[in-house]
Amino acid sequence: MALIAFYILSTIVVLSALFVVAARNPVHSVLWLILAFFTSAGLLVLIGAEFLAMLLVVVYVGAVAVLFLFVVMMLDIDFTELKQGFQNYLVVGVLVALALLAEIGIVAAAATFGGGAQFNASPGAATNAEALSQVLYTDYLLLFQMSGIVLLVAMMGAIVLTLRSRPSVKRQNIAEQTGRKRKDAVELKDVRPGQGI
Amino acid sequence: MENLFTWGGGMWGGIGLAVLQILALVVILLVCIAFLLLFDRKVWAAVQLRKGPNVVGPFGLLQSFADLIKFVLKEVIIPAGANKTVFLLAPVITLTLALVGWAVIPVAPGWVIANLNVGVLYLFAISSLGVYGIIMGGWASNSKYPFLGGLRSAAQMVSYEVSIGFVIVSVLLLVGSLNLSDVVNNQAGGIWKWHAFAFPTIFVMFPMFVIFFISALAETNRPPFDLPEAESELVAGYQVEYSSSPYLMFMIGEYVSIVLMCAMLTLLFFGGWHMPVPIPGVEGLPEWLLSLGGLLVFMVKTAFFFFLFAMVKAIVPRYRYDQLMRLGWKIFLPTSLVAVVIVAAYVTFTKARAAGREHRIRTRLDALQGR
Repeated sequence: MALIAFYILSTIVVLSALFVVAARNPVHSVLWLILAFFTSAGLLVLIGAEFLAMLLVVVYVGAVAVLFLFVVMMLDIDFTELKQGFQNYLVVGVLVALALLAEIGIVAAAATFGGGAQFNASPGAATNAEALSQVLYTDYLLLFQMSGIVLLVAMMGAIVLTLRSRPSVKRQNIAEQTGRKRKDAVELKDVRPGQGI
Repeated sequence: MENLFTWGGGMWGGIGLAVLQILALVVILLVCIAFLLLFDRKVWAAVQLRKGPNVVGPFGLLQSFADLIKFVLKEVIIPAGANKTVFLLAPVITLTLALVGWAVIPVAPGWVIANLNVGVLYLFAISSLGVYGIIMGGWASNSKYPFLGGLRSAAQMVSYEVSIGFVIVSVLLLVGSLNLSDVVNNQAGGIWKWHAFAFPTIFVMFPMFVIFFISALAETNRPPFDLPEAESELVAGYQVEYSSSPYLMFMIGEYVSIVLMCAMLTLLFFGGWHMPVPIPGVEGLPEWLLSLGGLLVFMVKTAFFFFLFAMVKAIVPRYRYDQLMRLGWKIFLPTSLVAVVIVAAYVTFTKARAAGREHRIRTRLDALQGR
């Protein structure tokens, strides 16, 4: 059962990854990428790492890919211009692809022939989430918190880079608006006939 | 998972049983939603001193079914410039994702299709995917208003997911488990045990419940946050180019996810299938009767939250876009973040105190035994 599911899911992952590169329309590429992420989450569920699978969906599919799609949709991309450099980068691309393929081959060979220790998704705990938190908040606490701080710095950097103060823009001051009283806004004038204010 | 596949004569029996369960849930859910849709319109009409739909069937009870037939029989129009595949895929994705979330909802004790250990996280993940149907529909229509609607919706749903996530985290801290059945069982024993009202945490959790409710409105594009389909600005937003069954699928998907949010409110804050006041002697009843009663309680609570959704739609005017963003990022996010810290501190220190008491008792026992 699990084996059938594995083959179905991995076929979908490989095919959709292929279409990410092959699709002519960049929006279609992103949609294929989303399918690849989602199906990989399914593969993680199959090996018992359900917490990681959900994190993959929440973070990559639910947030990162949405922003990807957002940006790609807004861009007006010229496809002929994109295809022009293809010949120049072909050699480098093929080399990178070969290196990746060799790495995957080595890992797969080591897993198959090198003793093949049974994979355990949640060692020493009942669920995957508990197993992860037990090491993340004890042995790797420093690394975990440091990566959090690196992300925070990156986020603040992005904000600082893009923040422009535009004094000419009229902004709404909510506190001022809600704090407004009748006597600040309305003034009653007793105008006599035949006279202006 | 394993029970599901080994029960009932091997693999195929297990799959057949799972399919039957899913079919039963989907059919019952969709029939309920047909009546909830009518209920929504009736509430809205009552607030405006109208009668609402009252022609088809007694009290207009069959109105939703008449609408269904009308939608299905109309012609599907696909704009010439549209990206056809994505255009038709978008409503299917919306409806599927809305229905898929129901797989982990425990509607009664033990009545759940997939009792995942990460059920809450699964729900969070699925509800964060709902945005895809809308963006894809908006983009594939190849038209200005749908595109603007899709962009608005993407920004809105991503913003409010963050505060929903933190509210869920604060509930999970109290429970100590990601399993939805555990979340409900943690609230057993009456209204004073429900997460929204439990005594020391009520000062944090009740505001969290309100934040979750408002964020749920924004996440499902309900008024007052229905900016992706604001008719005064964007005609109908991402739905402009849709007609017939694709539009119907968008609408059903929207209502399914609204009811899913109501169910989440019930499970996370209002005790799921538990009665507000425990009835003595109820344990003696047969199990199926208890489950049926639990299902009824769950449905009543969910319908109550749906009533609140309908009332909000009827009486609250639409937000402006910058006000929406301000509310999400500047008010809800900091508030829920502080709440997570407070709840975490509460859980840590009370548990630490309990552990310390246990330690003292053990040392005293050890001393008594002369070790």
